[in-house]
Amino acid sequence: MNAVEVSGLVKEYEGGVRAVNGLDLSIPAGECFGLLGPNGAGKTTTVEILEGLLEPTAGDVRVLGQTWGRHNEELRQRIGVALQETQLTDKLTVYETLTLFRSFYRRGRTVEETLADVSLEEKRNSWVGKLSGGQKQRLAIACALVGAPDLLFLDEPTTGLDPQSRRQVWDLVNAYKQNQRTVLLTTHYMDEAEKLCDRVAIVDHGKIIALGTPQELIGGLGADQVIEFATDRTLPAAFPSDLPGVIEAGDAGGHWRLTVRSLHETLPELVRKLREHGVALTSLSTRQATLEDVFVSLTGRSLRE
Amino acid sequence: MRNSPLWQLTLARLREYVREPGTLFWVFGFPILLALALGLAFRSGAQPRMPIVVLPGAEQAARVALLDREHSLIVTGATEAEAQLWLSRGRAYLAVGGGTPVEYRYDPTRPETQALVLRVDRVLQTAAGRTDPLPTREETVVAQGSRYIDFLLPGLIGMNIMSASMWGIGWVIVQTRTRKLLKRFLATPMRKRDYLFSHMIARLIFLFFEVAVLLGFGHLAFDIRIQGSIPLIGLVAVLGAMSFAGVGVLTASRARTAETVSGLMNAVMLPMFVLSGVFFSAENFPSWMQPAIRILPLTALNDSLRAIINEGAGLAAVSFPLVVLAAWGALTFALALRIFRWS
Repeated sequence: MNAVEVSGLVKEYEGGVRAVNGLDLSIPAGECFGLLGPNGAGKTTTVEILEGLLEPTAGDVRVLGQTWGRHNEELRQRIGVALQETQLTDKLTVYETLTLFRSFYRRGRTVEETLADVSLEEKRNSWVGKLSGGQKQRLAIACALVGAPDLLFLDEPTTGLDPQSRRQVWDLVNAYKQNQRTVLLTTHYMDEAEKLCDRVAIVDHGKIIALGTPQELIGGLGADQVIEFATDRTLPAAFPSDLPGVIEAGDAGGHWRLTVRSLHETLPELVRKLREHGVALTSLSTRQATLEDVFVSLTGRSLRE
Repeated sequence: MRNSPLWQLTLARLREYVREPGTLFWVFGFPILLALALGLAFRSGAQPRMPIVVLPGAEQAARVALLDREHSLIVTGATEAEAQLWLSRGRAYLAVGGGTPVEYRYDPTRPETQALVLRVDRVLQTAAGRTDPLPTREETVVAQGSRYIDFLLPGLIGMNIMSASMWGIGWVIVQTRTRKLLKRFLATPMRKRDYLFSHMIARLIFLFFEVAVLLGFGHLAFDIRIQGSIPLIGLVAVLGAMSFAGVGVLTASRARTAETVSGLMNAVMLPMFVLSGVFFSAENFPSWMQPAIRILPLTALNDSLRAIINEGAGLAAVSFPLVVLAAWGALTFALALRIFRWS
């Protein structure tokens, strides 16, 4: 059975803005699925419809085989949610906050177990207002886990966190996945999607523009190496097309990005051509292709724009 | 029970409340300071002494000496120019002529001057040899419950019930909405009515302390005695608190920001501070306004508290204001539930 089944989803806000524009999605139970895309792509709207917090304008939505409107109470018991920007009550302790959330669920994990899940045992008596950003986020996820949900929604779980806190959140999600339960997360961090997700949908302008495992999507570029370089003088726009093995080329204000089949094919030729033109390199780096490159290749835009 | 969502939500409210030192001051400290200041400023018993002047003339010195023996007067001799200036500034309430016939110069729109003229005239006439045909004897009585502080304290209790319910519920709901915490609760199986009830229950628990502290303070500091029944005061306070809880939830039902809700709350509460007889009697407003003033919830609350505390009124006597309170609570709460914005 699919944990999430969506077809033809449309959400139009007052004023005619279409945040979601005909989106189809199936997530099998036990999968960790990522919705990936820039801010404003419609990820949060989609997730909030699946969480039963927003009404869709059109389309069919089934969550855990059930429908919002008919099985609300049952569904709420079975899903766990961490919204993008919830601020929990500052003047309650970590333990009190979790006890409150636990009281809403008929069954679930104990507060003690959940505290251990998110490594907040030592902070149990601290006021929420005194926690660091990463600790607050782990508590928010703990509030989603305390009802032992079959389906976990995480909206931008690591936005604004420092690298160490991000890694702690990733560990948490990976531990939850071990029990064959379903996760749907949104992110605009490509590395996060690659680390956590079994499958990824790239969303842009309210539609899915690519779907697959991170490896499939990167492989779909026909290339898995990226060369980035900058020069002291401007190069002609057609310059990279003379090079062998270039799948795709882009120029962002003198910073070139070449997606190539293999480094050994392209790199020596690039250096030779530049010398021929009498142009000097000011920087040069190479790396493995990532989902970021997939997004750039699909939309012509970078994710941060 | 211990793990029921309603109890846990209530507990969270209580904790949040007592962990906020500001709230404790506004709910307990502020009304007590206000009662203390106003009770001292308007304490009865010590009659204020009235300033008068005697104008130049043959009898000026003699009349100053004669009138100065009266304890209720402060008497000064003055020139015409000084007298004119003092009368217009209110530093003297009456100017007495220095010759014969005795001239009395005063502003008749000041309520206390009429009596003052009669009193001064009697002193002068008696000194000039008039005898009263009918002997008189004076006895003064201060009736229990008729002092200004007796009037003020029930009004302050009513005002406090209103502010605490409105801010304690309305403000907190909007804060919770702004923090997206309401939306987060909505994503759990929490029942919406449990959330709203938890506010009500927390309010009732604090209400008990708020009313008890103010009544106790009035008794200790100003010897205010409760003439009526304490359970009836409890009933009125609970109905009042529920009524304003409804008004508070309604005020907060749509607002998305703290600025909006504080503006709305002030718009709701300020007219009642003025009209509903907190600091002075609502009877002072013209009669055509009275029907509207009577059906304001704060008027209903203040009137019934005053009647019970100062006059010993029973349930029957306060039944109309109680119906007014119940109606406000029921209507505002029902409307709030229909239009409440959770996210």
